[in-house]
Amino acid sequence: MKASDIASVFKLPRLTYRVWNVWRRDFDVFMKTWKVNFLPPLLEPIFYLVAMGYGLGAFVHSVDGVAYIQFIAPALVSISMMYSSFFECTYGSFVRMYYQKTFDAIIATPISIEEVIAGEILWGATRSLIGSSIVLCVVAAFGLVQSPLALLIPVVAFFSGLMFSAIAMAFTSLAPNIDFFNYPGFLYITPMFLLSGTFFPLSSLPSGIQAFATAFLPLPHTVMLTRGLILGNLPTMLLTSIAWMAIVTPIFFILSTNLMKRKLIK
Amino acid sequence: MDLMVSNLMIEARGLTKKFGDFVAVDNIDFEVPSGECCGFLGPNGAGKTTTIKMVDCVLPLSGGSLTVAGMSVSERPREIKGMIGVAPQEDNLDPDFSVLKNLLVYARYYDIPKAEALKRADEMLKFAQLEEKRDAVIGELSTGLKRRLILARALINEPRILLLDEPTVGLDPQARHMIWDKIRELRKQGVTIILTTHYMDEAAELCDRTLIMDHGKIIEQGQPASLVKKHIGEEVLEAEYNEDTLKALKEGFPEATLEVMSDRIRVFTTQPHGTFEEYLRNSPLKGAFIRNANLEDVFLKLTGRQLRE
Repeated sequence: MKASDIASVFKLPRLTYRVWNVWRRDFDVFMKTWKVNFLPPLLEPIFYLVAMGYGLGAFVHSVDGVAYIQFIAPALVSISMMYSSFFECTYGSFVRMYYQKTFDAIIATPISIEEVIAGEILWGATRSLIGSSIVLCVVAAFGLVQSPLALLIPVVAFFSGLMFSAIAMAFTSLAPNIDFFNYPGFLYITPMFLLSGTFFPLSSLPSGIQAFATAFLPLPHTVMLTRGLILGNLPTMLLTSIAWMAIVTPIFFILSTNLMKRKLIK
Repeated sequence: MDLMVSNLMIEARGLTKKFGDFVAVDNIDFEVPSGECCGFLGPNGAGKTTTIKMVDCVLPLSGGSLTVAGMSVSERPREIKGMIGVAPQEDNLDPDFSVLKNLLVYARYYDIPKAEALKRADEMLKFAQLEEKRDAVIGELSTGLKRRLILARALINEPRILLLDEPTVGLDPQARHMIWDKIRELRKQGVTIILTTHYMDEAAELCDRTLIMDHGKIIEQGQPASLVKKHIGEEVLEAEYNEDTLKALKEGFPEATLEVMSDRIRVFTTQPHGTFEEYLRNSPLKGAFIRNANLEDVFLKLTGRQLRE
């Protein structure tokens, strides 16, 4: 790779309000079938809370000073942020790009390809916001929200969603076909789902894995933020997590927009 | 000079497009005056669609210049795209929406306000005779209905330029003629049209002028009728193949081009109307007939009979 290639991959995309028109398209489709779309984030956390919170929790005294069900509840909210945005901008975007040719149709209008990709990423962030808000309501219904700070969780959800969507879009830009997403699914999302302080504290892992997870995986940061807000107990480590997300998100946003442009416009 | 500029809707100079080492469009010059219907003909891979995509500011140029309404495609893509309507070759209608919603969502991409979009969508549905399908799902539409909706969608921004990439491919004759009528109607309204097609009758029927492309170059251009006259003449004599007939025809038309394809002989000559008739009256040939020369003869003569792809 030449230096000019690397520079072009990190070129700041020029975006206008037209990103919104792309976002609206995805939103309209979502709202057409909103009942089906609302069901998974409503039911899934109930299964997890019952099975793991009550079932498995019966064998666990407490974790970090709270009941096991209380420990995993914020993780479920975070996981829904990751899943809804990551899958929207991998499988969802790929279907729109490759099978439905929706991106081709849009770029024949005054909207640019960068704006299409930015709109998709924004929509992914919105999916994270919608999905995790529903999970948060379920968690609240179980009486597991301890602090009014939890009202800030939709903000965390949007920005975490932005991060996961941007990372997902980078995978999409590399995907030769839809089966490709099995790789990030099993090699990235599944381990992250398990190793991010979700169902047991990160500190129980060997220090090497711990260090790796906090340095390279996005989910531990989201989990830490969400847990802090739900429990009303904000450790100083939160600032590191916010900084981590604030650096990683724009890098992947710019990178994936340029890589997608390169993929679609020869 | 100003008049000249405003009269040329599209102007390409040395236009070139490379994909890696492959030269898809090779240093072509062409212009399309305002209000003209210009046909791009050529075998698969000739560079027609690539050219259209450059006019629509979707593909960047590798070389040369291209202006639309006096604006460079590389400098002012948004303005240009705003005044162009595109009916692409492949179906890229939005399967997640109904017929009407497809038009409304597309209108939004052009920043057309909602009330105005609804008004135009209804007009376009009427124009494309799709009123009954207003609420149908895209998956339920036949190829013909889809093509009509794609045309309607291309008109939602009231374009001054229309790019039609094989607008009638795969349609039955009724649907084809319906689309032709619509294209004629738009031409009458003064819309500048670029059309690509494999159907020579379509080009002859609709286009003021045709450009024939092959291997990324424009190899001939002109009015369909004058191209036929120039390259083929007025009539073609076809006869069943056998050695004696071939010999007789060679002697009868020493100046002509004879083509033998499987079991038929075709004689092309620029001699005036009536020459073949007179010949056949004097020496009847088995299975012979005279037909009018057409654009397909020109096309095959210029681009050869070899299969592409």
